[in-house]
Amino acid sequence: MVSFAGNKRYCSHDMFNKIILFILYCFLGVGCSLFFSIPVYARDYDYINVSNPFLKKTPVAVTEFKAFNGHATEVKDGKTARYILKEALEFTGYLKTMNSVAFLSNPAESGIQLAQISFRDWTGIGAELLVTGGIVENQGKVKLQLRLFDTFKTKLLVGKVYTGSRSQIRQMIHLFCSEISYKLTGKWGVFNSKIAFVSTVKGKKEIFTCDFDGQNIKQITSHKSISLSPSWSFDGKWLAYVSYARGNPQIFIKNLREKRGSIVNYKGMNISPDWMPGQLKLAAALSFSGDQEIYLLTVKGEIIKRITRNWGIDVSPRFSPDGKRIVFTSKRIGTPQVYIKDLESARVQRLTFKGLNNTSAAWSPDGGKIAYVGIEKNNINIFVMNIDSGMPVQLTRNAGDNEDPAWSPDGSMLTFTSTREGGIPRIFVMNASGSDQRRLLRLKGKQTQPDWSMSKN
Amino acid sequence: MKKRVWINLVMVVLVAGLFFTVSCAKKTVVSDATTIEDQAKAEAAAAAKAQAQAEAERIAQQNLEDQIASEKALKAAKAIAAKKRFENQDIHFEYDSSELSSMAKMVLKEKVAWLKANYSAVVTIEGHCDERGTTEYNLALGERRASIAKSYLINLGIAASRLNTISYGEEQPKDSDKTESAYRKNRRDHFAID
Repeated sequence: MVSFAGNKRYCSHDMFNKIILFILYCFLGVGCSLFFSIPVYARDYDYINVSNPFLKKTPVAVTEFKAFNGHATEVKDGKTARYILKEALEFTGYLKTMNSVAFLSNPAESGIQLAQISFRDWTGIGAELLVTGGIVENQGKVKLQLRLFDTFKTKLLVGKVYTGSRSQIRQMIHLFCSEISYKLTGKWGVFNSKIAFVSTVKGKKEIFTCDFDGQNIKQITSHKSISLSPSWSFDGKWLAYVSYARGNPQIFIKNLREKRGSIVNYKGMNISPDWMPGQLKLAAALSFSGDQEIYLLTVKGEIIKRITRNWGIDVSPRFSPDGKRIVFTSKRIGTPQVYIKDLESARVQRLTFKGLNNTSAAWSPDGGKIAYVGIEKNNINIFVMNIDSGMPVQLTRNAGDNEDPAWSPDGSMLTFTSTREGGIPRIFVMNASGSDQRRLLRLKGKQTQPDWSMSKN
Repeated sequence: MKKRVWINLVMVVLVAGLFFTVSCAKKTVVSDATTIEDQAKAEAAAAAKAQAQAEAERIAQQNLEDQIASEKALKAAKAIAAKKRFENQDIHFEYDSSELSSMAKMVLKEKVAWLKANYSAVVTIEGHCDERGTTEYNLALGERRASIAKSYLINLGIAASRLNTISYGEEQPKDSDKTESAYRKNRRDHFAID
């Protein structure tokens, strides 16, 4: 393993803590023996720092799945499972799945467990990580055995068994990918997250959701009006969005499972909702006072307090990961710029100084960075700024208009809107460093304003 | 013989009387006919005169009605034209600005005149933006464009209760080209009569 270990997240743990953890893990280890877990010191270091802009992709070999009974559907489902697994690992942007032509051995035949693997066959072709899989299928019931190995340390990093129906294979594979992500990065990753976005249906903007990889698209609204600005609650159960369905723009707060909710319908404009992390409260821009200001609201739309006090546009609040600050767009100095406000002290700090139009900020999940949109000479691009250094880095360039940045729950990626393909806005994703920019969705019409949910793990 | 003379005399008298009687009767008849003729003539003349007068009155009335109708039509056409002009004439803004230009103020003064002439009309001022800038910021900018026009109209004496505002941001461009002239057309306040 190449030294990703430089990023010691838990080096502050003292010896006492480690002993306690060790004992705890021994107990857990007995309880979880079914899942082949070897969790001792599991969280002492991260393999991969997803926010490193100079990230080298780690090569991972995903072997064929061993079909234990060997019947046709089992073999077929094994292939499907492997395909889903490879696609998901490739999606992360920090893993690179290797071409199986290069493989020197086939664990599907020789065995998928630690003792049965010839690690030299894998280190020899440069695979730093190895994933083996097994499938047992009986009368539509599927059991998947999945293992992640560190080939250089000849060590099992994650071992899990999942059972479910055939239709749950995708879900089971993604649960395992979350485990891989947690092991390698200390974060649960994107695999259980969803993306909400705006798309035109027969010319009208409606809210849709899809899985992290653009699959499983669902239409959420049918207002046949203009619907905008979807925002996920921290637990992924609520969606807030703006709609003109009742005349003026109002914020609809909707519980996706229980079909209940409320509407924020003050006089004037009710726009740009953003949920507070860890609590069912929202920030939003309301204009009933005659001036657009940002307010903190309850889940029922009642005002808890007014956050901004400034004549001039104040809009697009986004919470910091700890919920103590907001980043927002304000025109208080004459041009739209990005500001941070501390909710306790009410202190305001201007963040952007370059360019005459900086808007649409989004706070990174690690709290250290702000992504935003900057317009220079009609070129609309996405930038990321380190809050401490104040240095902006341009992530998109010479590829249409790029807007609406939103972070993935682990901070490893950004989703955004781009008009680079045929001048029509579509939803794209990229790594946090700006690499691997690619289209997420193949849908007719225009897609805009993606918002990435937090991970459910 | 004498008796015969009397008879003859009586006869003469009778015949003469008869004669007289006949002639008298004839004379009366002639005189009556003449009166009736005159009367009929006079009546016919009077009727004709009355008819002519009625006709003239009818024509005059018709003319008047025609005139009124055409004046009404003209007035209506003018009103429709004025209403159309009111609705079709947008005011425009500079990039990222919600300031009223002198041109915009001129157009707004014309709108004040119309609003004063049409005192029952209620109007919605729609603020729009060009596509540059982000969706949420443009919603805010569009609202400011609508409210500055509203304030201006209120200052010129239009009741606030007759003026609604709504922002559509960049959601309803008039021209979806990506040119400066399209952007200019899209940075506007539109006035819709409710």
